[in-house]
Amino acid sequence: MKNENLYRYILGIADSSLILGQRLGELCGHGPSLETDIALTNISLDLIGQTRSYYQYAAKLIGDGKSEDDIAFLRIEREYLNVLLVEQPNTHFGYVMARQFLFDVYHLMLLSELKNSSDETLAAIAAKGIKEVSYHKRFSGDWIKRLGDGTQESHDKMQDAINDLWRYTDELFTMTEADAEMSRNNSGVDVTRFKEAYYEEVSRLLREATLEVPERKYFQYGGKKGVHTEHMGYLLADLQYMQRAYPNMKW
Amino acid sequence: MIETEAKIQSHLIPILETVSDPEIPVLSVLDLGVIREASEENGHVTIKLTPTYSGCPAMDVIGDDLRAAFQKEDMTAQIELILAPAWSTDWISEEGKRKMEAYGIAAPLGETADKAALLGNQKIVKCTNCGSTNTHLVSQFGSTACKALFKCDDCQEPFDYFKCLK
Repeated sequence: MKNENLYRYILGIADSSLILGQRLGELCGHGPSLETDIALTNISLDLIGQTRSYYQYAAKLIGDGKSEDDIAFLRIEREYLNVLLVEQPNTHFGYVMARQFLFDVYHLMLLSELKNSSDETLAAIAAKGIKEVSYHKRFSGDWIKRLGDGTQESHDKMQDAINDLWRYTDELFTMTEADAEMSRNNSGVDVTRFKEAYYEEVSRLLREATLEVPERKYFQYGGKKGVHTEHMGYLLADLQYMQRAYPNMKW
Repeated sequence: MIETEAKIQSHLIPILETVSDPEIPVLSVLDLGVIREASEENGHVTIKLTPTYSGCPAMDVIGDDLRAAFQKEDMTAQIELILAPAWSTDWISEEGKRKMEAYGIAAPLGETADKAALLGNQKIVKCTNCGSTNTHLVSQFGSTACKALFKCDDCQEPFDYFKCLK
């Protein structure tokens, strides 16, 4: 492929949206209330919609008649470049909201920078996504406050969820080779630039939700290089089932 | 400069008007403002369509419906999906907003009003059933990506509000 770095860069962003979209989609019909159920699947739909735009672009780069579906369904685990945070399981609703919030704050910052990309397609996808992701962040942020500053039980569960997921936050700000190369030619984003702003914004909201901000001590990495946590295989088994069982089936 | 005016050849308008949003059948694709360009040459129509939300499943259906509508007129239509500039609720026509209200969906308000309503600070969205402003937000997300759910505290009717997107 001519533009390997661009291809890997697109996947790095798109895979996180796909995998989080899939996780939220798993909750369809299982939300704690009708309104939250609808909200989770709406967010999932936005993320998968964004993923489609990215993958359509990536498919054009591969050429050879490949489509967005090939990219979504026919790769092996090691070829997915999403961050570890988004593949973590739907342990409980508070956990889902904590995962969502930690990602939304990052996601919005990323897209806000990406919309200035010299790559017109990436800039357009980002500009479109910003409107959707701001809405996601408002939703997840509200729930962090409601649950954090809620009952003793909801507070404890939310604190545990934040403590647990915290170890995946630093990976958001690591740069792969493709990231660095794309950032050098102004079509990609240097994520390290907004790392401090991220922790500041997240910490502010956690404190507002009467939660403690965990120490930034131990972190886990790997997703961006295709090395995933043990949850990823099961997620992909679900995601890819139809295409693996009935190759080339059309919906 | 960002082009926000749609470029549509006038003789194509009557055909485009027959194609409606599958989720809100009272709105034509023109009312919705998703057609950014439409031009015809020798029976071949090129249409630039922009999605309301990235994941809106109605877009595939709208594309199929457009092709079918032009086929009826012995024309072929080629649909191109464009993302920039991103769709905004400002592009919904005044006529469209009226039709939407009559259909029972509160039309999008300006950005500031919307934010206040979503944060629960003010009761601004008018009930489509009785016209009362004594309403509250039930859910930020509604039955489709473009809507939020409200309830009227006077007549007790729940109703959809078309989210403001700018």
